[in-house]
Amino acid sequence: MAGERLLDVKNLEVSFYTYAGKVHAVRGVSFHVNRGETLAIVGESGCGKTVSVQSTIKLIPMPPGKIEGGTVLFDGKDLTAMSDRDLQSVRGAEIGVIFQDPMTSLNPTMTVGRQITEGLIKHQRLSAQEAKRRAIEMLSLVEIPNPKERFRQYPHQFSGGMRQRVMIAIALSCNPKLLIADEPTTGLDVTIQAQILDLMKSLQTKLDTSIILITHDLGVVSKLADRIVVMYAGKVAEAGTSEDIFYNALHPYTQALLKSVPRLHEETKRELLAIPGTPPDLFVPPKGCAFAPRCSYAMRVCLDHQPGDFAAGGSHTVACWLMDPRAAHVRERHAGRAEDAGARGGAS
Amino acid sequence: MVHDTQDTVLEVVNLKKYFQFGRRAVLKAVDDVTFSVRKGEVFGLVGESGCGKTTVGRTIVGLYSPTGGKVLYKGEDTSRLKGAEVKKFKRRVQMIFQDPYASLDPRMTVGDIIGEALDIHRLARGKERLARIHELLNIVGLSAEHASRFPHEFSGGQRQRIGIARALAVDPEFIVADEPISALDVSIQAQVVNLLSRLREERGLTYIFIAHDLAMVKHLSDNVGVMYLGRLVELAPSAELYKNPLHPYTQGLLSAIPIPDPRVERERKRIVLEGEVPSPVNPPKGCKFQTRCRHAKPVCREEDPKLKPVAPGHFAACHLY
Repeated sequence: MAGERLLDVKNLEVSFYTYAGKVHAVRGVSFHVNRGETLAIVGESGCGKTVSVQSTIKLIPMPPGKIEGGTVLFDGKDLTAMSDRDLQSVRGAEIGVIFQDPMTSLNPTMTVGRQITEGLIKHQRLSAQEAKRRAIEMLSLVEIPNPKERFRQYPHQFSGGMRQRVMIAIALSCNPKLLIADEPTTGLDVTIQAQILDLMKSLQTKLDTSIILITHDLGVVSKLADRIVVMYAGKVAEAGTSEDIFYNALHPYTQALLKSVPRLHEETKRELLAIPGTPPDLFVPPKGCAFAPRCSYAMRVCLDHQPGDFAAGGSHTVACWLMDPRAAHVRERHAGRAEDAGARGGAS
Repeated sequence: MVHDTQDTVLEVVNLKKYFQFGRRAVLKAVDDVTFSVRKGEVFGLVGESGCGKTTVGRTIVGLYSPTGGKVLYKGEDTSRLKGAEVKKFKRRVQMIFQDPYASLDPRMTVGDIIGEALDIHRLARGKERLARIHELLNIVGLSAEHASRFPHEFSGGQRQRIGIARALAVDPEFIVADEPISALDVSIQAQVVNLLSRLREERGLTYIFIAHDLAMVKHLSDNVGVMYLGRLVELAPSAELYKNPLHPYTQGLLSAIPIPDPRVERERKRIVLEGEVPSPVNPPKGCKFQTRCRHAKPVCREEDPKLKPVAPGHFAACHLY
């Protein structure tokens, strides 16, 4: 096997052509997923995290969407060069997807059983009977009680948490090498969220699947992720191991994001760090660093030139001009300030 | 009783709100809830969807009339107010709604959305009205030029600021904020939460902060009430509740929240709550939580526990105590 990488995405460019003009949603994004690991892609709404991942298997609507550049290597195959027909044998079979909204992503007119067996019959060419046996097995694997009865029921007879379990059963039914989980627990109550996250974790060890977890919730990330990609305005701001990102964040956006959430285990009350302003409009992508207008460390170079990826040890990369050797003095000056940044905050 | 001090502004006493479903089914959204809020405090109300926390908030501001029990604002029963008194009450108590997309009229300018409250209560007219609108926009961190724009031109965080400006327009003393940040991105959530904190300090406001995000509730609140299936199951000062949760539901709820710190998260002991919240139309007999409780005893299946003091200022509705 060539290296550890299961999925390798390089310089992905995706745009949407709308009536209002072109939205450059993904602007040269690179990331990879190693075998057996969980990669979390974190960012706020509109940062391009979902589009980046869904584009790799052409799940975005085209048109208006268009993949304008980049390569996607999955298990040695170039997905961008594949015909739609060939891609269909990858989607659902080798790559399973769990969508955000379990209420709307299941078909209300089909029994849950049929929705699970559909993929098994198509991709694994099982007979109807074998598929049914396997589907019931999947339902009990995702810990749905009375799987035999549940097999015959419709999605409306399931609660939100149970529907998400069904989604997981469908996604994993063909034993995929990669599972894409797009905000799998958003909209679920916390006690149900905890159940689903535990389930995903135990299934990953059991089935040895790689996971791409797309989320905005740093708590969920800290629970599941081995490595993390932080996205902002259609670009990767910072990438590294979970330890790199949570304890040695170097990009001002990542640092601010971590300080903007309250933590349950902290005894003292600190003021939350609010990032002033709003993310840029990708109809008119900024010339320089997209975060510069909201960044308290912004230098002149940041407004005019996009930073490249600076290596920060191991797999840790940071797209920020502060990492440039020429900016060392700025970094030092801010090192003290970053410490008390949590105490500043305040609304814009 | 939960309160005794003279500066209590709001008392919710044995509040019940039932909704009729069809001919026979009754949904007991809020069933016998009692708590009080002191002047200047932030009272957090938490629980999972369907626990009745929003219904409590809506009943307090008068959007629903209670099925039983009462809401006392400064000692006066709010359901008995008439005519001008109602209007006066609504000037003192305002609400911030959850969904910043659905709670602003898309056909009105931001200036008119904020100004409408001024008109209804005849607080300002003409030039003074405009000046007041501009002032309110400034207070919430927007600018005067935004007054002539429409809601769709704003982001979620900005819309929530407009909702806050509208609530502030009548110079209220008390604000019920119903999930004011759950529709917003994290960096924007911090902006709105800091704004709410600042306004509380500057204007001596009192809040009921309704949310499902327990970390945020802990951050903002002085006292926290935990609801489950229409009942208040635990009530305590915020720090105490998080340090020493007594009710098995609160323990499970706190344990379910992932902490954005992998090292802490890895070492945490977890209490897993099995199963799901039962239907509120057909709740279990006895303690509402007994179907998911690790400590359930025979008495829990028979008798619904009452909220009682367990430690100073700390109340729980559980047969364990």
